[in-house]
Order: sequence, then structure tokens, then C-alpha cells
Amino acid sequence: MSGGRARRGWAWLWLFLGFLYFFIPLLGTFLFSLHGRRGVLSFAAYHKVFADPQFLETFSFSLQMAVLTIIVGLCLIIPTVIWIHLRAPWAKPVVETCSLLPFVIPPIVLVFGLIRMYSSGPLPLVSSRFLLVAGYVVLAFPYIYRSVDAGLRAMDLRGLTEAAQSLGASWGTIMFKVVLPNMRVALLSAAFLTFSIVIGELTLAVMLAWPAFGPYMALVGRDLAYEPAALAILSFLLTWGLIGLIQFASRRIASGSTIGGTH
Amino acid sequence: MAFLELDGVVKRFGRNVVVDGFTLAVQEGEFVSFLGGSGCGKTTTLRMIAGFETPTGGSIRIHGSDVVALAPNKRGVGMVFQNYALFPNMTVRRNIEFGLKVARWRPAEIAQRVEEMLSLIHMEELGERYPHQMSGGQQQRASLARALAVKPKVLLLDEPLSALDAKIRASLRTEIRAIQQKTGITTIYVTHDQEEALSLSDRIVVMQAGKIEQVGTPFEIYNHPATAFVASFIGNLNILEAAVLDPALGLLAVAGQQVQAAGPVTGSRVKLALRPEMLSLNEGVPGANSLAGRLTTVVFLGSIVRLGIRIGDHDLALDRFNTPHLALPAVGSDVSISFPREACLVSPL
Repeated sequence: MSGGRARRGWAWLWLFLGFLYFFIPLLGTFLFSLHGRRGVLSFAAYHKVFADPQFLETFSFSLQMAVLTIIVGLCLIIPTVIWIHLRAPWAKPVVETCSLLPFVIPPIVLVFGLIRMYSSGPLPLVSSRFLLVAGYVVLAFPYIYRSVDAGLRAMDLRGLTEAAQSLGASWGTIMFKVVLPNMRVALLSAAFLTFSIVIGELTLAVMLAWPAFGPYMALVGRDLAYEPAALAILSFLLTWGLIGLIQFASRRIASGSTIGGTH
Repeated sequence: MAFLELDGVVKRFGRNVVVDGFTLAVQEGEFVSFLGGSGCGKTTTLRMIAGFETPTGGSIRIHGSDVVALAPNKRGVGMVFQNYALFPNMTVRRNIEFGLKVARWRPAEIAQRVEEMLSLIHMEELGERYPHQMSGGQQQRASLARALAVKPKVLLLDEPLSALDAKIRASLRTEIRAIQQKTGITTIYVTHDQEEALSLSDRIVVMQAGKIEQVGTPFEIYNHPATAFVASFIGNLNILEAAVLDPALGLLAVAGQQVQAAGPVTGSRVKLALRPEMLSLNEGVPGANSLAGRLTTVVFLGSIVRLGIRIGDHDLALDRFNTPHLALPAVGSDVSISFPREACLVSPL
């Protein structure tokens, strides 16, 4: 009995220490961001950030790129992973290895490759937004692939598709009525992770010369003191807001209260 | 003309022949079971009928039309899976509606058909439940209703009861047979459970290593097995080696004692198979065979008691009904067993 209590005590202690490890720097950044006006705590740095037209411009640009990346990424990767699960399980190790490449190859190498490949020749896309989106899709590939793969593993994909086929359904109906509704959490997770990556991405946007949010944050961080701290807190809140949204959606779906569960 | 015909169907995966020259004609409304051990090709054959596997050779005809080139969703074949395969994001009602909506039935007809199906499986109150809110037995009944709703030409069931516990399995088995008889649908049922196949089927197809060993009614399969495999696979068997004394009279010698089969036999040595329930203990029946031995074990199996009897080098099992007044000799005592000539299943060694 006392052993169990001691173990619980240790667990709480480590949890508390972990909390402090993450929370103290965040608190420090937040308090620092409130010192925008000398002698008083204020949200002046946040006001300045919101008042800067570049903030909204760069943020909305990155937002558009994030949405495009999510759409292109999901359209490419979902059918591929389903095909691998159903028809080509032998290809799984190959695709898994490919999905790890963005972790191994630095973005700077990727972007130089893209510039070299697409600055001339039959596809001069270097000044096209599509090249930026394509680069972002590569960066987001590991996250989208793993989310989709986990979503498909969580269901009996073969059984469900065969059951739907035996009921007369075409592949379009199977995808939109059976497969995708049962992997909503995985799709949300893939979408939000992609969003987080694209919103703060720096290298591709700088090297391809696009006015994105990542370069803007870097610029603000170089020239100003309190505003970068405010931006960091805003980014943090945005990310945690998205994670909270995933949790909320997962719980709703798991309980089957609105759109059914992924059981 | 048969309703479902498989003619010389072959399936190879690489060099591995999984189904080898499978030929079968199933009449309309018939309930046929494919029975065999793991890897005998029964599920692959079923999946070829459904269209989920393409035969390497042969033809499959449903109602006279060759369906080999047709996609699964064009064959008009309903399927029930071992793990239910209900759509998790839909209630039972929406699961049943699915195929009807795909077939573009009118809303009023869909509603009526769903009610009919829910009533058929006695789940009128559970229509709004999601699969995860139901037991395995309820899920399988819902799966059956979903498959039947679209009025398929043939119903295929792939080991539908194997994921359920024994009690539910027994009750659902009865229910499946009742529903099949009520709807009159031509049904193919895959199982490795001989009790299921014997109790449900009009005919049983016993398979081994991709080939058909025997096709027959449960009575024929059990009482007149065509091959040694069928004899050993269906029910329990005592197998004894015997020397042939007189082939024309079917006279054999087992452990130095004479036994006579019902008909002539061939060869000099044969396998003599006897079912445990065909043997009697210490009952001298005139005209019947009799062997002397020693009682070695008594095992209680609920409704029956299985006695182990040693005859020469052979150990035999003999089943007796377990009644309150059952009197058994002591273990180690000398006993005699008797059995009619017709109980002798003789096959080449």
C-alpha cells in the first residue's frame, strides 16, 4: 500500500519537473513579450505584431500554401497508401524508407535540387508557387504518410472494401462513404501536422523568394526584441489550439456521438 | 442446369497450386458447405466466386452467365465475413441501407426493406446502434442482414461463426439455416468445423490440398466416406491395421482375431476404420464382429463417456452415453467389443 503511494508520489514529482522544464521557458518568453513598453507589463508587442501589414500578408500567404500542401499531399498519398495496403504490401518498406528521406536530407539540399532542376529546361517552375507547394509536400510526406498509414491500420481495410464491393459499390463510393469517413482522425492529424510545418517553414520560402510567414518571423527576430517573443507565443498558441482541435475531434469520433467511431 | 457452376477452376499463387480442378454444380436454393483444414483452398474458392480472386483457369457461372471477367460489385453475390466487416461509421440501419442506396432503390422501398431485414434477424430495436455497441453475435446477424438486403443471387459465408463463443455459435448456426430456408437463397458456406457443416448443409464438399475429396449429403459423408482422408477428417475414427484372410468374404485378422467386413476387400493388408459410437461393450450380438481386449482408460466428456480399450498393439476409443445408471467395468479388466459388419470402413493401407 505504502509502496504504491510512494510510486505515485514519484510519478507526480517527475510530472511536475517535466511541466516546469517546458513551462518555465514559455513563461519567460511570455513575460518578456509583455515588456514592450518600458516599466509596465503590456500587450504592446502583440499590438505591434498585429498592426504590421506584413504579418497578415505573410501569414495569409503561408495559410494558402498550407491549405494547398494539405490538399495536394492528401490527394497524392491517400490513394498510394491504400494501394500499398491492398495490392502491393511488398512496396511498403520502400515507401517507408522514402518517407524518412526528408528527415535525412536537409531542406537546403532539397531546395537547391529543386532550383537546379526547375530553373530551366522543359519545366521552368522556379518562380511558380507550385514548386513551393511541391517542396512542402516533400517535407510533409513523413507526417502525412504515417498518419494515413496509422488510420488505415486501425481499420479492417480489406474487409470493409470487399464488403462494400460485394454490396455493389464502386471504388468512388467505397472511398468517400467507407474508407475516408473511418479515417477522419488520421486525416485531421495529417492536415494539422502539415499546417504546423508549412506555417513556420523558412528554408524553402527564403531560397525560392516567397513572402511567407517563416521568413517574416526570422526578419522580426533579427531586427526587434519583444515582437519575436510575442510571435513565438502566438505560434505556440496556434499549434496547441490545433492539437486541442485534433483531440476534440478524436474524442467526438471515438464516442460515435456525431459521425461514428473508428472501432 | 445448375444455378452456380464451377468448372475445372484452378488457382495458382506463383508455383503454389491452391485450388486444383475444382468442379461443382450447385442447385438453386441449395446450402453447400466447403469443409477442410487450413490451407485446403476452401476460402480461395469462395473468394473466386465473389470475384476477390481471379481464377488461373476454369470457369464460374452464375445462373448461366460466366462471371470470371466481372468485377465483384457486378456479380450480384452477397458476402458475410468472419470478422463481420460492418462499416464502423454507420449504424446497423445505415449498414443495411448501404447496398440498397448503391443500387438506387427508392427511399420508401429502402425503408421497408430495412425493416424487413431487421425483423428477419430479430434486431428491430437495435437499428440505431453502431457496430462497436453490439456483441459479436449481433454484429454477425447485422452483417447477414446487410448481405441479404440487396437480394443477391448467391450468398457466400466465410467462416462466419469462428470468431464467436460456442454457445452463440450454436444458436446463430440454427438461425442462419432458418433464414436461408426462409429466403431460399443459394448459399455457399466455408468452415473448418465439421459439426457446423454436418448440421447446416444440404451437401458438403470436403477439400484437401486444393482438391475435392468428396461431395455428398452429411449422411453420405459421415457414413460412407469416399477416401481415407474424409473418413479421418469427419468424426472420430479408430484406425487398425488388418491382414486380409479372405478377400472375397471380406475376412480380416486384427491382433490375431477375426473380423468380417460387409463386402469383399482387395490387397493383403488393409486399414480398418471403426467409429467409436458404432462399438458396443460386452454385448455378444449374434452375427456381429467381436474383439477381446483390456479396458485402459475411462474419460468423462459430458454427455458421453469415452473408454480406451487395448486390443493387441492397437488402442481403440468406444463411446457410451453418460446415464446416471451407467455401470462400467474396472480399468484393467478384460472386456470385449462388438460391432456390425457394416461398421467396418476398409481402405488400402
